[in-house]
Amino acid sequence: MIEVLAVGAGATIQDLGRPGFAALGVTRSGAFDVGAAGLANRLVGNSAGAATIEIVLGGLAIRLGHAATVALTGAPCVIGSEPSGGGRGWGAAMTLPAGTVLSLGQPRRGLRSWLAVRGGIDAPVTLGSRSTDTLGRLGPEPLRPGARLPIGSDIDGDVPGLDYSPGAALTDVAAVPVQPGPRTDWVDAESLRQLWTVAWTVRPDSDRVGIRLDGPGIAWARAAELPSEGVLPGAIQIPPDGRPIIFGPDAPTTGGYPVVGVVPAAGLAALAQVRPGDTVRLRPA
Amino acid sequence: MRALPYGDRAVLLELADAEAVAALAAALLDGRPDGVEEIVPAARTILVRFDPRRVTASHLAERLARINLAPIAEPARAADPVVIPVVYDGADLEDVARLADLSVDAVVQRHTAARYRCGFCGFAPGFSYLIGGDPVLRVPRLDEPRAQVPAGSVAIAGEFSAVYPVASPGGWRLLGRTDARMWDLARASPALLPPGTAVRFEAIRAGA
Repeated sequence: MIEVLAVGAGATIQDLGRPGFAALGVTRSGAFDVGAAGLANRLVGNSAGAATIEIVLGGLAIRLGHAATVALTGAPCVIGSEPSGGGRGWGAAMTLPAGTVLSLGQPRRGLRSWLAVRGGIDAPVTLGSRSTDTLGRLGPEPLRPGARLPIGSDIDGDVPGLDYSPGAALTDVAAVPVQPGPRTDWVDAESLRQLWTVAWTVRPDSDRVGIRLDGPGIAWARAAELPSEGVLPGAIQIPPDGRPIIFGPDAPTTGGYPVVGVVPAAGLAALAQVRPGDTVRLRPA
Repeated sequence: MRALPYGDRAVLLELADAEAVAALAAALLDGRPDGVEEIVPAARTILVRFDPRRVTASHLAERLARINLAPIAEPARAADPVVIPVVYDGADLEDVARLADLSVDAVVQRHTAARYRCGFCGFAPGFSYLIGGDPVLRVPRLDEPRAQVPAGSVAIAGEFSAVYPVASPGGWRLLGRTDARMWDLARASPALLPPGTAVRFEAIRAGA
Protein backbone atom coordinates (compact mmCIF):
# COMPACT_ATOMS: atom_id res chain seq x y z
CA MET A 1 0.00 0.00 0.00
CA ILE A 2 1.17 3.49 -0.90
CA GLU A 3 -0.39 6.57 0.67
CA VAL A 4 -0.43 9.71 -1.47
CA LEU A 5 0.53 12.78 0.61
CA ALA A 6 0.87 15.42 -2.13
CA VAL A 7 0.50 15.51 -5.91
CA GLY A 8 2.03 18.82 -6.98
CA ALA A 9 0.71 19.94 -10.37
CA GLY A 10 -1.05 16.61 -10.90
CA ALA A 11 -0.48 12.87 -11.13
CA THR A 12 -2.36 10.02 -12.77
CA ILE A 13 -2.04 6.26 -13.00
CA GLN A 14 -0.86 5.13 -16.44
CA ASP A 15 0.02 1.86 -18.09
CA LEU A 16 0.08 1.03 -21.81
CA GLY A 17 -3.48 2.34 -22.23
CA ARG A 18 -6.57 0.76 -23.74
CA PRO A 19 -6.02 0.38 -27.50
CA GLY A 20 -8.61 -1.48 -29.55
CA PHE A 21 -11.72 0.39 -28.38
CA ALA A 22 -11.47 3.52 -30.55
CA ALA A 23 -14.45 2.33 -32.61
CA LEU A 24 -16.55 2.79 -29.44
CA GLY A 25 -15.20 6.30 -28.90
CA VAL A 26 -12.64 5.24 -26.28
CA THR A 27 -9.33 7.11 -26.35
CA ARG A 28 -6.06 5.19 -26.06
CA SER A 29 -4.60 6.86 -22.94
CA GLY A 30 -1.51 5.29 -21.33
CA ALA A 31 1.81 6.90 -20.41
CA PHE A 32 2.60 10.00 -22.50
CA ASP A 33 6.12 8.56 -22.98
CA VAL A 34 5.72 4.78 -22.99
CA GLY A 35 9.51 4.45 -23.34
CA ALA A 36 10.25 6.27 -20.08
CA ALA A 37 7.41 4.55 -18.20
CA GLY A 38 8.58 1.21 -19.59
CA LEU A 39 12.13 1.89 -18.43
CA ALA A 40 10.86 2.57 -14.90
CA ASN A 41 9.02 -0.74 -14.98
CA ARG A 42 12.06 -2.67 -16.23
CA LEU A 43 14.25 -1.11 -13.54
CA VAL A 44 12.08 -2.72 -10.83
CA GLY A 45 11.54 -6.01 -12.71
CA ASN A 46 7.90 -5.30 -13.62
CA SER A 47 6.11 -6.59 -16.68
CA ALA A 48 5.64 -4.07 -19.49
CA GLY A 49 1.94 -3.58 -18.73
CA ALA A 50 2.40 -2.67 -15.04
CA ALA A 51 0.73 0.59 -13.99
CA THR A 52 3.01 3.52 -13.07
CA ILE A 53 2.34 6.98 -11.66
CA GLU A 54 2.72 9.74 -14.25
CA ILE A 55 3.79 12.90 -12.44
CA VAL A 56 3.43 16.42 -13.81
CA LEU A 57 6.06 18.93 -12.66
CA GLY A 58 7.28 16.86 -9.70
CA GLY A 59 5.79 17.64 -6.29
CA LEU A 60 4.60 14.08 -5.59
CA ALA A 61 4.96 12.82 -2.02
CA ILE A 62 4.07 9.27 -0.95
CA ARG A 63 4.43 7.15 2.19
CA LEU A 64 5.28 3.48 1.74
CA GLY A 65 3.05 1.19 3.85
CA HIS A 66 5.66 -1.56 3.56
CA ALA A 67 9.14 -2.00 2.14
CA ALA A 68 9.11 -1.44 -1.61
CA THR A 69 11.42 -1.18 -4.58
CA VAL A 70 10.74 1.87 -6.74
CA ALA A 71 12.31 3.63 -9.73
CA LEU A 72 11.86 7.08 -11.25
CA THR A 73 12.37 8.08 -14.89
CA GLY A 74 11.51 11.04 -17.12
CA ALA A 75 12.12 14.66 -16.11
CA PRO A 76 14.63 14.42 -13.22
CA CYS A 77 13.56 15.86 -9.86
CA VAL A 78 15.41 16.07 -6.55
CA ILE A 79 14.37 13.03 -4.50
CA GLY A 80 13.80 13.31 -0.77
CA SER A 81 13.46 10.13 1.28
CA GLU A 82 12.77 10.30 5.02
CA PRO A 83 13.71 9.12 7.52
CA SER A 84 16.24 6.69 6.05
CA GLY A 85 17.64 8.98 3.39
CA GLY A 86 18.88 5.95 1.47
CA GLY A 87 18.84 5.52 -2.28
CA ARG A 88 18.63 8.68 -4.28
CA GLY A 89 19.23 7.54 -7.81
CA TRP A 90 17.19 8.83 -10.72
CA GLY A 91 16.83 6.09 -13.30
CA ALA A 92 17.78 3.33 -10.86
CA ALA A 93 15.94 0.96 -8.53
CA MET A 94 15.75 2.03 -4.86
CA THR A 95 14.64 -0.38 -2.15
CA LEU A 96 13.15 1.58 0.74
CA PRO A 97 11.89 0.40 4.14
CA ALA A 98 8.28 0.55 5.34
CA GLY A 99 7.23 4.03 6.47
CA THR A 100 9.57 5.88 4.09
CA VAL A 101 8.21 9.19 2.83
CA LEU A 102 9.42 9.72 -0.74
CA SER A 103 9.03 13.24 -2.05
CA LEU A 104 9.96 14.91 -5.31
CA GLY A 105 11.07 18.48 -5.96
CA GLN A 106 10.32 20.24 -9.24
CA PRO A 107 12.27 19.24 -12.33
CA ARG A 108 14.65 21.93 -13.63
CA ARG A 109 13.77 20.92 -17.15
CA GLY A 110 11.03 18.81 -18.62
CA LEU A 111 7.53 18.24 -17.29
CA ARG A 112 6.64 14.59 -16.75
CA SER A 113 8.22 11.86 -14.63
CA TRP A 114 7.20 8.24 -14.00
CA LEU A 115 7.31 6.30 -10.74
CA ALA A 116 7.24 2.51 -10.94
CA VAL A 117 6.78 0.35 -7.86
CA ARG A 118 7.79 -3.30 -8.01
CA GLY A 119 4.49 -5.13 -8.63
CA GLY A 120 2.79 -2.12 -10.23
CA ILE A 121 -0.08 0.01 -8.94
CA ASP A 122 -3.09 -2.28 -8.51
CA ALA A 123 -5.87 0.11 -9.60
CA PRO A 124 -9.13 -1.36 -10.96
CA VAL A 125 -8.96 -2.45 -14.61
CA THR A 126 -11.36 -0.78 -17.08
CA LEU A 127 -11.46 -2.18 -20.63
CA GLY A 128 -8.12 -3.89 -20.08
CA SER A 129 -6.24 -0.93 -18.63
CA ARG A 130 -5.57 0.85 -15.32
CA SER A 131 -4.89 4.18 -17.07
CA THR A 132 -6.69 7.39 -16.19
CA ASP A 133 -8.40 8.74 -19.31
CA THR A 134 -8.67 12.46 -18.61
CA LEU A 135 -10.90 13.05 -21.65
CA GLY A 136 -13.47 10.23 -21.45
CA ARG A 137 -13.24 9.98 -17.64
CA LEU A 138 -12.46 6.27 -17.70
CA GLY A 139 -10.18 4.48 -15.25
CA PRO A 140 -9.05 5.75 -11.84
CA GLU A 141 -9.53 9.38 -10.79
CA PRO A 142 -6.43 11.58 -10.93
CA LEU A 143 -4.48 11.09 -7.68
CA ARG A 144 -5.38 13.21 -4.67
CA PRO A 145 -3.71 13.57 -1.27
CA GLY A 146 -5.06 10.81 0.99
CA ALA A 147 -5.46 8.26 -1.82
CA ARG A 148 -4.27 4.76 -0.88
CA LEU A 149 -2.88 2.70 -3.73
CA PRO A 150 -2.52 -1.07 -3.41
CA ILE A 151 0.52 -2.73 -4.98
CA GLY A 152 -0.06 -5.48 -7.53
CA SER A 153 1.94 -8.47 -8.72
CA ASP A 154 2.83 -7.48 -12.31
CA ILE A 155 6.35 -8.84 -11.96
CA ASP A 156 8.46 -10.16 -14.80
CA GLY A 157 11.68 -11.15 -13.04
CA ASP A 158 14.31 -10.03 -10.54
CA VAL A 159 15.29 -6.41 -10.05
CA PRO A 160 18.15 -5.97 -12.52
CA GLY A 161 21.53 -5.03 -11.02
CA LEU A 162 21.89 -1.58 -12.55
CA ASP A 163 23.27 1.55 -10.89
CA TYR A 164 22.01 4.11 -13.36
CA SER A 165 20.24 4.31 -16.71
CA PRO A 166 20.52 7.58 -18.60
CA GLY A 167 17.31 9.10 -19.92
CA ALA A 168 17.05 11.31 -23.00
CA ALA A 169 18.71 14.71 -22.51
CA LEU A 170 16.15 17.48 -22.05
CA THR A 171 16.72 20.70 -23.96
CA ASP A 172 14.92 24.04 -24.12
CA VAL A 173 13.86 23.40 -27.70
CA ALA A 174 11.98 20.20 -28.44
CA ALA A 175 12.84 18.87 -31.92
CA VAL A 176 9.89 16.80 -33.08
CA PRO A 177 9.81 14.63 -36.22
CA VAL A 178 6.65 14.75 -38.35
CA GLN A 179 5.46 12.25 -40.96
CA PRO A 180 3.00 13.07 -43.76
CA GLY A 181 -0.66 13.48 -42.82
CA PRO A 182 -3.83 13.02 -44.88
CA ARG A 183 -5.15 16.58 -45.30
CA THR A 184 -2.25 18.76 -46.41
CA ASP A 185 -4.44 19.84 -49.37
CA TRP A 186 -6.91 21.45 -46.96
CA VAL A 187 -4.43 24.11 -45.93
CA ASP A 188 -2.65 26.75 -47.99
CA ALA A 189 0.62 25.24 -49.32
CA GLU A 190 2.66 28.42 -48.75
CA SER A 191 1.24 28.75 -45.26
CA LEU A 192 1.91 25.08 -44.45
CA ARG A 193 5.65 25.65 -45.00
CA GLN A 194 5.56 27.61 -41.75
CA LEU A 195 5.06 24.32 -39.95
CA TRP A 196 8.80 23.69 -40.51
CA THR A 197 10.16 27.23 -40.20
CA VAL A 198 8.34 28.68 -37.19
CA ALA A 199 9.63 28.34 -33.62
CA TRP A 200 6.29 27.30 -32.10
CA THR A 201 5.50 28.21 -28.50
CA VAL A 202 3.70 25.75 -26.20
CA ARG A 203 0.43 27.22 -24.92
CA PRO A 204 -0.62 26.96 -21.24
CA ASP A 205 -3.79 25.00 -22.10
CA SER A 206 -1.70 22.04 -23.28
CA ASP A 207 -2.38 18.73 -21.53
CA ARG A 208 -2.62 14.98 -22.13
CA VAL A 209 -5.32 15.61 -24.76
CA GLY A 210 -3.05 17.78 -26.87
CA ILE A 211 -0.03 20.07 -27.03
CA ARG A 212 -1.40 23.39 -28.28
CA LEU A 213 1.03 25.60 -30.15
CA ASP A 214 1.15 29.35 -30.60
CA GLY A 215 2.61 31.14 -33.59
CA PRO A 216 1.48 32.57 -36.91
CA GLY A 217 -1.69 30.79 -38.01
CA ILE A 218 -1.66 28.28 -40.85
CA ALA A 219 -4.41 29.32 -43.27
CA TRP A 220 -7.02 26.92 -44.60
CA ALA A 221 -7.23 26.55 -48.38
CA ARG A 222 -10.94 25.63 -48.32
CA ALA A 223 -14.03 27.08 -46.74
CA ALA A 224 -15.82 23.71 -46.55
CA GLU A 225 -16.35 21.73 -43.38
CA LEU A 226 -14.36 18.49 -43.10
CA PRO A 227 -16.55 15.58 -41.98
CA SER A 228 -15.29 14.10 -38.69
CA GLU A 229 -12.53 11.54 -39.14
CA GLY A 230 -10.35 9.32 -36.99
CA VAL A 231 -7.54 10.84 -34.94
CA LEU A 232 -4.55 9.14 -33.30
CA PRO A 233 -2.09 10.41 -30.68
CA GLY A 234 0.60 12.35 -32.55
CA ALA A 235 -1.76 13.74 -35.21
CA ILE A 236 -1.22 17.45 -35.94
CA GLN A 237 -4.55 19.16 -36.47
CA ILE A 238 -5.07 22.68 -37.83
CA PRO A 239 -8.23 24.24 -36.33
CA PRO A 240 -9.86 27.30 -37.92
CA ASP A 241 -7.61 29.73 -35.97
CA GLY A 242 -4.60 28.12 -37.69
CA ARG A 243 -2.67 27.29 -34.52
CA PRO A 244 -1.60 23.60 -34.59
CA ILE A 245 -2.67 21.08 -31.95
CA ILE A 246 -0.53 17.96 -31.60
CA PHE A 247 -2.71 15.28 -30.05
CA GLY A 248 -1.48 13.45 -26.95
CA PRO A 249 -2.41 10.05 -25.48
CA ASP A 250 -5.87 11.24 -24.36
CA ALA A 251 -6.78 12.55 -27.83
CA PRO A 252 -10.42 12.21 -28.90
CA THR A 253 -10.95 9.30 -31.32
CA THR A 254 -12.36 11.57 -34.04
CA GLY A 255 -11.90 15.21 -34.99
CA GLY A 256 -13.36 17.63 -37.49
CA TYR A 257 -10.31 19.66 -38.58
CA PRO A 258 -7.63 18.77 -41.12
CA VAL A 259 -4.69 16.64 -39.95
CA VAL A 260 -1.57 17.75 -41.85
CA GLY A 261 1.10 15.60 -40.20
CA VAL A 262 1.65 12.83 -37.69
CA VAL A 263 4.33 12.68 -34.99
CA PRO A 264 5.63 9.11 -34.72
CA ALA A 265 5.63 7.30 -31.36
CA ALA A 266 9.27 8.22 -30.72
CA GLY A 267 8.44 11.92 -31.11
CA LEU A 268 5.77 11.77 -28.40
CA ALA A 269 8.54 11.30 -25.84
CA ALA A 270 9.85 14.82 -26.52
CA LEU A 271 6.31 16.27 -26.48
CA ALA A 272 5.65 14.68 -23.07
CA GLN A 273 8.33 16.99 -21.66
CA VAL A 274 7.36 20.39 -23.10
CA ARG A 275 6.13 23.08 -20.71
CA PRO A 276 4.01 26.14 -21.45
CA GLY A 277 6.32 28.72 -23.02
CA ASP A 278 8.79 26.12 -24.34
CA THR A 279 9.72 26.09 -28.02
CA VAL A 280 8.78 23.26 -30.38
CA ARG A 281 10.53 22.84 -33.73
CA LEU A 282 8.88 20.49 -36.21
CA ARG A 283 10.90 18.77 -38.94
CA PRO A 284 9.92 16.36 -41.71
CA ALA A 285 10.74 12.77 -40.79
CA MET B 1 -11.62 4.02 -52.17
CA ARG B 2 -8.66 6.32 -51.64
CA ALA B 3 -5.84 5.62 -49.17
CA LEU B 4 -4.36 8.75 -47.57
CA PRO B 5 -1.08 8.83 -45.60
CA TYR B 6 -1.28 8.94 -41.79
CA GLY B 7 2.30 8.54 -40.55
CA ASP B 8 3.97 5.16 -40.72
CA ARG B 9 1.57 3.29 -38.47
CA ALA B 10 -1.80 4.12 -39.98
CA VAL B 11 -3.65 4.79 -43.20
CA LEU B 12 -6.82 6.82 -43.72
CA LEU B 13 -9.25 5.17 -46.13
CA GLU B 14 -11.67 7.56 -47.81
CA LEU B 15 -14.92 5.99 -49.03
CA ALA B 16 -17.84 7.15 -51.17
CA ASP B 17 -20.42 7.64 -48.42
CA ALA B 18 -21.49 6.73 -44.88
CA GLU B 19 -23.05 3.46 -46.11
CA ALA B 20 -19.77 2.28 -47.60
CA VAL B 21 -17.96 3.23 -44.39
CA ALA B 22 -20.48 1.28 -42.31
CA ALA B 23 -20.16 -1.81 -44.50
CA LEU B 24 -16.35 -1.87 -44.56
CA ALA B 25 -16.15 -1.04 -40.84
CA ALA B 26 -18.50 -3.94 -40.10
CA ALA B 27 -16.21 -6.27 -42.04
CA LEU B 28 -13.08 -4.98 -40.30
CA LEU B 29 -14.52 -4.97 -36.78
CA ASP B 30 -15.89 -8.47 -37.32
CA GLY B 31 -12.50 -9.95 -38.02
CA ARG B 32 -9.50 -7.65 -37.74
CA PRO B 33 -7.07 -8.32 -40.60
CA ASP B 34 -3.59 -9.50 -39.70
CA GLY B 35 -1.42 -6.71 -38.30
CA VAL B 36 -4.35 -4.30 -37.76
CA GLU B 37 -4.46 -2.84 -34.22
CA GLU B 38 -7.17 -0.18 -34.31
CA ILE B 39 -10.09 0.68 -36.58
CA VAL B 40 -11.74 4.09 -36.35
CA PRO B 41 -14.73 4.47 -38.66
CA ALA B 42 -16.03 8.03 -39.14
CA ALA B 43 -18.29 9.99 -41.49
CA ARG B 44 -16.51 9.30 -44.81
CA THR B 45 -13.34 7.56 -43.70
CA ILE B 46 -11.90 4.66 -41.77
CA LEU B 47 -8.61 5.18 -39.96
CA VAL B 48 -6.69 1.91 -39.73
CA ARG B 49 -3.73 1.70 -37.35
CA PHE B 50 -1.43 -1.24 -37.98
CA ASP B 51 1.82 -2.79 -36.81
CA PRO B 52 4.38 -1.65 -39.43
CA ARG B 53 6.50 -4.73 -38.66
CA ARG B 54 3.72 -6.95 -39.92
CA VAL B 55 2.06 -5.06 -42.77
CA THR B 56 2.60 -1.98 -44.98
CA ALA B 57 0.05 0.76 -45.69
CA SER B 58 -0.12 0.08 -49.43
CA HIS B 59 -0.43 -3.68 -48.99
CA LEU B 60 -3.21 -3.19 -46.44
CA ALA B 61 -5.12 -0.68 -48.59
CA GLU B 62 -4.87 -3.03 -51.56
CA ARG B 63 -6.25 -5.93 -49.52
CA LEU B 64 -9.13 -3.88 -48.09
CA ALA B 65 -10.12 -2.53 -51.50
CA ARG B 66 -10.82 -6.10 -52.61
CA ILE B 67 -13.45 -6.76 -49.90
CA ASN B 68 -16.91 -7.07 -51.45
CA LEU B 69 -19.12 -4.86 -49.30
CA ALA B 70 -22.59 -5.60 -50.70
CA PRO B 71 -23.23 -8.87 -48.81
CA ILE B 72 -21.99 -7.30 -45.56
CA ALA B 73 -24.41 -4.38 -45.52
CA GLU B 74 -27.55 -6.50 -45.94
CA PRO B 75 -27.71 -8.46 -42.65
CA ALA B 76 -27.20 -5.27 -40.63
CA ARG B 77 -30.15 -3.68 -42.40
CA ALA B 78 -32.36 -6.66 -41.67
CA ALA B 79 -31.46 -6.92 -37.96
CA ASP B 80 -34.02 -6.04 -35.25
CA PRO B 81 -33.38 -2.45 -34.26
CA VAL B 82 -32.56 -1.31 -30.75
CA VAL B 83 -35.52 0.89 -29.76
CA ILE B 84 -34.72 4.15 -27.95
CA PRO B 85 -37.73 5.58 -26.06
CA VAL B 86 -37.70 9.40 -26.25
CA VAL B 87 -39.63 12.17 -24.54
CA TYR B 88 -39.67 14.78 -27.31
CA ASP B 89 -39.49 17.98 -25.27
CA GLY B 90 -36.00 19.20 -26.27
CA ALA B 91 -34.97 22.84 -26.02
CA ASP B 92 -34.37 23.09 -29.78
CA LEU B 93 -37.44 21.21 -31.01
CA GLU B 94 -39.27 24.36 -32.14
CA ASP B 95 -36.17 25.79 -33.82
CA VAL B 96 -35.68 22.54 -35.72
CA ALA B 97 -39.34 22.64 -36.80
CA ARG B 98 -38.84 26.21 -38.04
CA LEU B 99 -35.60 25.36 -39.87
CA ALA B 100 -37.21 22.32 -41.54
CA ASP B 101 -40.43 24.23 -42.21
CA LEU B 102 -42.48 21.59 -40.39
CA SER B 103 -44.76 21.42 -37.37
CA VAL B 104 -43.25 20.08 -34.13
CA ASP B 105 -45.46 16.99 -34.48
CA ALA B 106 -44.16 16.42 -38.01
CA VAL B 107 -40.54 16.65 -36.76
CA VAL B 108 -41.27 13.97 -34.16
CA GLN B 109 -43.10 11.88 -36.72
CA ARG B 110 -40.17 12.01 -39.16
CA HIS B 111 -37.56 11.41 -36.48
CA THR B 112 -39.38 8.30 -35.22
CA ALA B 113 -40.24 6.98 -38.70
CA ALA B 114 -36.63 6.75 -39.92
CA ARG B 115 -34.55 3.58 -39.62
CA TYR B 116 -31.08 4.37 -38.32
CA ARG B 117 -27.79 2.60 -38.10
CA CYS B 118 -24.71 3.51 -36.06
CA GLY B 119 -22.14 4.68 -38.60
CA PHE B 120 -19.41 5.26 -36.04
CA CYS B 121 -18.67 6.34 -32.47
CA GLY B 122 -16.62 9.35 -31.44
CA PHE B 123 -16.58 12.49 -29.29
CA ALA B 124 -17.08 10.45 -26.09
CA PRO B 125 -17.24 6.76 -25.12
CA GLY B 126 -20.56 5.42 -26.42
CA PHE B 127 -21.44 8.53 -28.47
CA SER B 128 -22.88 6.87 -31.60
CA TYR B 129 -23.33 8.83 -34.83
CA LEU B 130 -26.59 7.46 -36.28
CA ILE B 131 -27.05 7.60 -40.04
CA GLY B 132 -30.17 7.00 -42.12
CA GLY B 133 -32.19 9.91 -40.74
CA ASP B 134 -34.79 11.85 -42.73
CA PRO B 135 -32.96 14.32 -45.03
CA VAL B 136 -35.64 16.94 -44.32
CA LEU B 137 -34.35 17.07 -40.73
CA ARG B 138 -30.80 18.06 -41.72
CA VAL B 139 -30.12 21.14 -39.65
CA PRO B 140 -26.80 22.85 -38.89
CA ARG B 141 -25.17 22.75 -35.47
CA LEU B 142 -25.80 25.60 -33.06
CA ASP B 143 -23.64 28.64 -33.72
CA GLU B 144 -22.67 28.66 -30.05
CA PRO B 145 -22.29 25.20 -28.46
CA ARG B 146 -23.89 24.71 -25.04
CA ALA B 147 -21.46 24.47 -22.14
CA GLN B 148 -23.48 21.59 -20.70
CA VAL B 149 -25.80 19.14 -22.44
CA PRO B 150 -27.49 16.66 -20.06
CA ALA B 151 -26.79 12.91 -20.38
CA GLY B 152 -29.53 11.18 -22.37
CA SER B 153 -30.21 14.18 -24.62
CA VAL B 154 -31.41 13.12 -28.08
CA ALA B 155 -30.00 15.49 -30.67
CA ILE B 156 -29.46 16.05 -34.38
CA ALA B 157 -26.87 17.86 -36.50
CA GLY B 158 -26.21 17.55 -40.23
CA GLU B 159 -26.89 14.01 -41.41
CA PHE B 160 -26.63 12.52 -37.90
CA SER B 161 -28.76 11.75 -34.87
CA ALA B 162 -27.22 10.88 -31.50
CA VAL B 163 -27.82 10.46 -27.78
CA TYR B 164 -25.34 12.17 -25.42
CA PRO B 165 -23.98 9.33 -23.21
CA VAL B 166 -22.75 11.67 -20.45
CA ALA B 167 -23.26 15.33 -19.63
CA SER B 168 -20.81 17.29 -21.78
CA PRO B 169 -20.49 20.46 -23.83
CA GLY B 170 -22.26 20.12 -27.18
CA GLY B 171 -23.44 21.99 -30.26
CA TRP B 172 -26.13 19.65 -31.57
CA ARG B 173 -29.82 20.59 -31.56
CA LEU B 174 -31.79 18.93 -28.77
CA LEU B 175 -35.02 17.14 -29.71
CA GLY B 176 -35.70 15.29 -26.46
CA ARG B 177 -34.35 12.92 -23.83
CA THR B 178 -34.14 9.21 -23.11
CA ASP B 179 -33.41 6.98 -20.12
CA ALA B 180 -31.57 4.49 -22.33
CA ARG B 181 -27.98 4.16 -21.12
CA MET B 182 -25.64 4.67 -24.06
CA TRP B 183 -22.54 3.66 -22.08
CA ASP B 184 -22.43 1.21 -19.20
CA LEU B 185 -19.19 -0.46 -18.14
CA ALA B 186 -21.20 -3.11 -16.27
CA ARG B 187 -22.36 -4.49 -19.63
CA ALA B 188 -20.25 -6.98 -21.60
CA SER B 189 -20.40 -4.52 -24.50
CA PRO B 190 -20.36 -1.10 -22.81
CA ALA B 191 -21.61 0.82 -25.87
CA LEU B 192 -25.38 0.33 -26.40
CA LEU B 193 -25.08 1.22 -30.10
CA PRO B 194 -21.70 0.09 -31.49
CA PRO B 195 -20.99 0.69 -35.20
CA GLY B 196 -23.40 -1.24 -37.41
CA THR B 197 -26.26 -1.44 -34.85
CA ALA B 198 -29.78 -0.88 -36.25
CA VAL B 199 -31.68 1.76 -34.24
CA ARG B 200 -35.15 3.29 -34.08
CA PHE B 201 -36.56 6.09 -31.90
CA GLU B 202 -39.99 5.80 -30.27
CA ALA B 203 -41.95 8.73 -28.84
CA ILE B 204 -43.16 8.29 -25.24
CA ARG B 205 -44.90 10.65 -22.81
CA ALA B 206 -42.99 12.29 -19.98
CA GLY B 207 -43.06 10.09 -16.87
CA ALA B 208 -43.96 6.98 -18.88
